Amino acid sequence: MSKKTAFYEIHKSYNAKIVEFAGYEMPIQYSSIIAEHKAVRNAVGVFDVSHMGEVFIRGEKALDFVQEITTNDASKLTPGRVQYSAMCYPDGGIVDDLLVYCVSNEEYMLVVNASNLEKDFSWMNVNNSFGVEIVNESDEYSLLAVQGPDSKNVIQKITDQDVNLEYYHFMKAKVAGVDMILSRTGYTGELGYELYFKGDEAAAKQVWDALFEAGKEFNIQPVGLGARDSLRLEMGFCLYGNDIDQTTNPLEAGLGWITKLSKKSFIGKESILKVKEEGLKRKLIPLLIDDKAFPRHGYEVVANGKKVGVVTSGTVSPILEKGIALAYVETEYAVEKSVINLLIRGKEVPSTVVRLPFLTR
Amino acid sequence: MNIPSDLKYTNDHEWIRVEGNIGTIGITEYAQGELGDVVFVDIDPNLSSLTAGANFGTIEAVKTVSELLAPVSGKVVELNSKLTDSPETINADPYGEGWMVKVELSNPSELDTLLDSESYKTLIGQ
Repeated sequence: MSKKTAFYEIHKSYNAKIVEFAGYEMPIQYSSIIAEHKAVRNAVGVFDVSHMGEVFIRGEKALDFVQEITTNDASKLTPGRVQYSAMCYPDGGIVDDLLVYCVSNEEYMLVVNASNLEKDFSWMNVNNSFGVEIVNESDEYSLLAVQGPDSKNVIQKITDQDVNLEYYHFMKAKVAGVDMILSRTGYTGELGYELYFKGDEAAAKQVWDALFEAGKEFNIQPVGLGARDSLRLEMGFCLYGNDIDQTTNPLEAGLGWITKLSKKSFIGKESILKVKEEGLKRKLIPLLIDDKAFPRHGYEVVANGKKVGVVTSGTVSPILEKGIALAYVETEYAVEKSVINLLIRGKEVPSTVVRLPFLTR
Repeated sequence: MNIPSDLKYTNDHEWIRVEGNIGTIGITEYAQGELGDVVFVDIDPNLSSLTAGANFGTIEAVKTVSELLAPVSGKVVELNSKLTDSPETINADPYGEGWMVKVELSNPSELDTLLDSESYKTLIGQ
């Protein structure tokens, strides 16, 4: 029996196409992935992402614990700041990617992928040699992502507080009359906010209705998981389960920037150091296809008739109207501006190794 | 859901409309809805014949790609060139402007193996 978020009835009322995702009944699209995608790029869209996991770490040694289980340097955080990070296994494989919210020096909120929540929660507990309290509050929190160039205008209309958050900062705020964590984060590359709040369906409806009333003048749209995926891929953001997992290390995934090997210690550090010393065997690279041929997860990358890599995420970019992909290839082929072939239904189709993001503005 | 009673259907969500000896083929409203926004229809412009049950092209949507399977056998007499520039026509008008290929039926008895609209409704749980 899959779970429903507090917005389920609202999604039904829009006649959204609902699919099971990570154990939840989630809207994959309301009208059209392309239209929803463009609404976020050009105006503002609202995503129900309440399936995401919220795990709170509390205690005197909360920072020490977070430092040990994540790859980024959480000591750089001050209350009100957010950090993108990852958790690794001792062999350097990725447990999950996550956001680390510093509520105070003794309280952190870790936001993890819904499909990994159980695994992550037990991983945190197994590694709790710091006596911290680890509380999974995922079922209590609703989460809406309000994303797009008009997102700030919409939110400012329904809160008395001044919404002047910098990127990757958050504050406690009352929005639409509901107490929440208002965070300037998102998975789209646009100006955007994520709204974490507790409460029942009535509270959820109150926030949703206020957003759509305030957003009417900007033609605000509900956006499903389909466009969430195409939006993140245009920016080249990794998706756990596609581009990263327990068999990939953060360096080959291009996540060296969140892997602070200068940190005294963290789980996976020794293995990742070794990978760095020995050199990467493969790299995750962005590929752009000019032909009317679209790459998909699992397609092979070939050179001189042999397989040299595999596509981990691929779609048609609704903005560029071209095929875009992330693929792991043997390091010698990871050369920017070079042309490499994708095997698409038996045909070799040329693609160009580009630089992220695919979409530049 | 629009499922015209004058068409025949496959288990793979193609439809065929027969007028005289010519069959017009496309995908159903249900199929376009499941695929979502169609971005490309890949049918060989030199396609000369169809074989019942065999692949005759692919249809690309944002999220996924799907094979097109021929409902009947026959000689191709026309391809819908409009789909090259406006593949979204399939979403907008799957039984009309969104048609894909016209064939001269080589074995009309193949039509008897296809589903009628009532059976197709049952197939998709309508």
